[in-house]
Amino acid sequence: MTSYLPPAQRIWWKVPVGRQEIVWIAIALVWCLIMFFMMPYWHVYGKQNLSTEAYKTTPAQFGPKVQAMIDQYTVRHETEQQIPVVAPPAGSDIYMLGRLWQWWPILELEKGKTYRLHLSSMDWQHGFSLQPVNINMQVVPGYEMVLNITPDVAGEYGVVCNEYCGIGHHTMLGRIYVKE
Amino acid sequence: MGNFRLCPDSGLFFDKNAESLMKVNAVAAAVSLLVAGLLALGVALTRWPAVHLLPADQFYMYLTAHGVDALLFWIIFFEIAVLYFASSTLLRCRLAAPRWAWLGFALMVIGAITTNVAIFQGNSSVMMTSYVPMQAAPSFYLGLILFAVGALIGCFVFFGTLVIAKNENTYEGSIPLVTFGAMTAAIIAVFTIASGAIILVPTYLWSIGYIAHIDPSMYRIIWWAMGHSSQQINVVAHVSIWYLVGGLLLGARPMSEKVSRFAFLLYILFLQLASAHHILVDPGISAEWKIFNTSYAMYLAVLASLIHGLTVPGSMEVAQREKGYNRGMFEWLRKAPWGNPTFSSVAISIVIFGFIGGITGVVMGTEQINLIIHNTIYVPAHFHATVAVGTTLTFMGLTYLLIPVLFRRQMILPTLAKWQPYLFGAGMTILILFMMGAGTLGVSRRHWDMDFTGAALSFEYSGMAYTMMGIAGIGAVLAVIAGGAFLLITVGSLLVGKKLDASAGLLQSFGVPLAPEAYNAEPEILPMAAAVEEHGSAGFEAPGTFILAMLLLVSFVVYYFINWKYLSSVWPLS
Ligand code: HEM
Ligand SMILES: [Cu+2]
Ligand SMILES: [Cu+2]
Repeated sequence: MTSYLPPAQRIWWKVPVGRQEIVWIAIALVWCLIMFFMMPYWHVYGKQNLSTEAYKTTPAQFGPKVQAMIDQYTVRHETEQQIPVVAPPAGSDIYMLGRLWQWWPILELEKGKTYRLHLSSMDWQHGFSLQPVNINMQVVPGYEMVLNITPDVAGEYGVVCNEYCGIGHHTMLGRIYVKE
Repeated sequence: MGNFRLCPDSGLFFDKNAESLMKVNAVAAAVSLLVAGLLALGVALTRWPAVHLLPADQFYMYLTAHGVDALLFWIIFFEIAVLYFASSTLLRCRLAAPRWAWLGFALMVIGAITTNVAIFQGNSSVMMTSYVPMQAAPSFYLGLILFAVGALIGCFVFFGTLVIAKNENTYEGSIPLVTFGAMTAAIIAVFTIASGAIILVPTYLWSIGYIAHIDPSMYRIIWWAMGHSSQQINVVAHVSIWYLVGGLLLGARPMSEKVSRFAFLLYILFLQLASAHHILVDPGISAEWKIFNTSYAMYLAVLASLIHGLTVPGSMEVAQREKGYNRGMFEWLRKAPWGNPTFSSVAISIVIFGFIGGITGVVMGTEQINLIIHNTIYVPAHFHATVAVGTTLTFMGLTYLLIPVLFRRQMILPTLAKWQPYLFGAGMTILILFMMGAGTLGVSRRHWDMDFTGAALSFEYSGMAYTMMGIAGIGAVLAVIAGGAFLLITVGSLLVGKKLDASAGLLQSFGVPLAPEAYNAEPEILPMAAAVEEHGSAGFEAPGTFILAMLLLVSFVVYYFINWKYLSSVWPLS
């Protein structure tokens, strides 16, 4: 009378199911449905949804767009590497590129304003991990993801790379400033 | 004739070929686990910030090998043994095409060695996911392909054995539930290996220069069609073993054959594009596609696990109550054989798999919540709860059972064996909970240095994140010690354990059959389970389990909404 012997009833699929199981399956199914509806619900009422806007691109197309923004809006340089700090106007298209092993450039944004952030990789896959906010996205070469972000707390943020990208992966660290 | 041996202790019949193949697969699995565990120690001690053991290149090399050896080689070698057990042994049927089965085994061994050599040569530290366009040595992919072909042969040997058993009428009625579960696993395995071939063969050709370009986004979608479904195989395999162990140790029978089989079927039906939950934050994938493919509108694969979560312990409760452990809600549980390592392994595995692995998996597979979890160390925390406790600990428990039965050796160090599952469970739980915590604080997975030494800019994780990674390291050390204890007990038993049959020599432990005289049994047709009186189907047969299941559900609901709350606090984005 066990699970490793053939079922006791030849026509086991006609044996009625006990009440306990029926009750549990019903409760579990309701919960599963609630979990499903939470996702569309959040698209309507929630404020954190990932954009689905994306384009095919190449390093040769994406690189110059980033450079154009840097040329126009650089306000200063930081570190020995002279990384440009770029302060584009509120509401504009802003760019950040990932490459071995840098997030480029540093962005300076205004609190409460919305920007269209374009992300892409020049080489391998990278992971855009905004810390300590903890927003994480996959950055895939050949694709340009565009999302609207609204930084709502001022401060200095790190952009960690959280997709393994080779031996210098742990040095791939970018920055975003959010000003009052 | 003379192809079967009757195990006098368990009453199981072993076909000579199946027996040898089970042994060699189990031994290959144990070797893989040994390697994976040693590597885990290096990896975990590097992620422990105060220790930071290995240099970066070795860390990534070890991590790649740890993932491949643990998740693929240890688990799949063992699963092939389980498939042969569930078909040949449980159905008392000769194994189909034993030569093919040996070929499959040989391919798997060659594949596993090839990939390991590629990794340890140093140019293939690409992680087991090997996301393009990062490239490994061609032999890295080739080894994986050979291994997969070998495993596929194993699946077909399993199907062939089912057909023989049917044609030769070795059993009455329908196949047992455990065999049904194994069949589910094998069906999913065929789908998995097909997806694997679709992605790994072109990747291999790309690595040797025949193909110029592989789209990295497409790679992720198809790779995860393999990567995710292979995890579903593990779930099905360990749930089947839960049923088996309940039956063998407690005499449990399924509460309802129909419900349990239906739940297995749901895994097959609602699996297809479960890869979706691995690409929730990838560029350009529509929200509708993601929502639909992670849930099929009602999460029916999750429902299946919730069903087994009730029926596995429920069937044990019913069996215990029939033995008279009827007082209160939980006497049946208190009087369970907690000192038997097979039972305690399964019990711990059920709890950690359900309460941690299952809940975290659904939470982080929710479209929007994935934003705050993707690629943080929360992710390895989740899958150590599913595969390292759920699957691995269950397999360990089954191994304890098989040493006397299959290998005909008495287990050595019984006291250590009694404690081993608890130690492994405790170490793993510490590792898991604190990696979850650190992940919530943003700590990245697959990352050599949370101090970012050498970076142009700087960022500092909170002190709490460091503390959590440290405590996780302590848990890891405990788990590795417990893993070592498991291997010491099992390998030691094979080598020096007391022989239960005069002919059980050393070679016999490694795949050579017992002396020919042992194979003198002629199994009778496997009978149907004895019908039991219908009782209590109107009431609740397993009220204690129902309370535990409700506890699971409440934890699930609370934790789920906590994560939505946390999500609502991050920067608005659209
Ligand atoms: C013996 C105890 C174990 C310890 C201490 C351990 C520890 C770890 C740690 C610390 C990581 C790395 C996290 C990171 O930096 O991303 C990891 C990764 C991993 N572990 Fe384990 N683990 C153990 C056992 C297992 C087992 C039994 C399995 C599977 C059955 C497993 C499967 C994996 C996989 C698939 C990865 C991911 C590798 C990757 O990111 O590519 N581990 N483990
Ligand atoms: Cu990286
Ligand atoms: Cu998955």
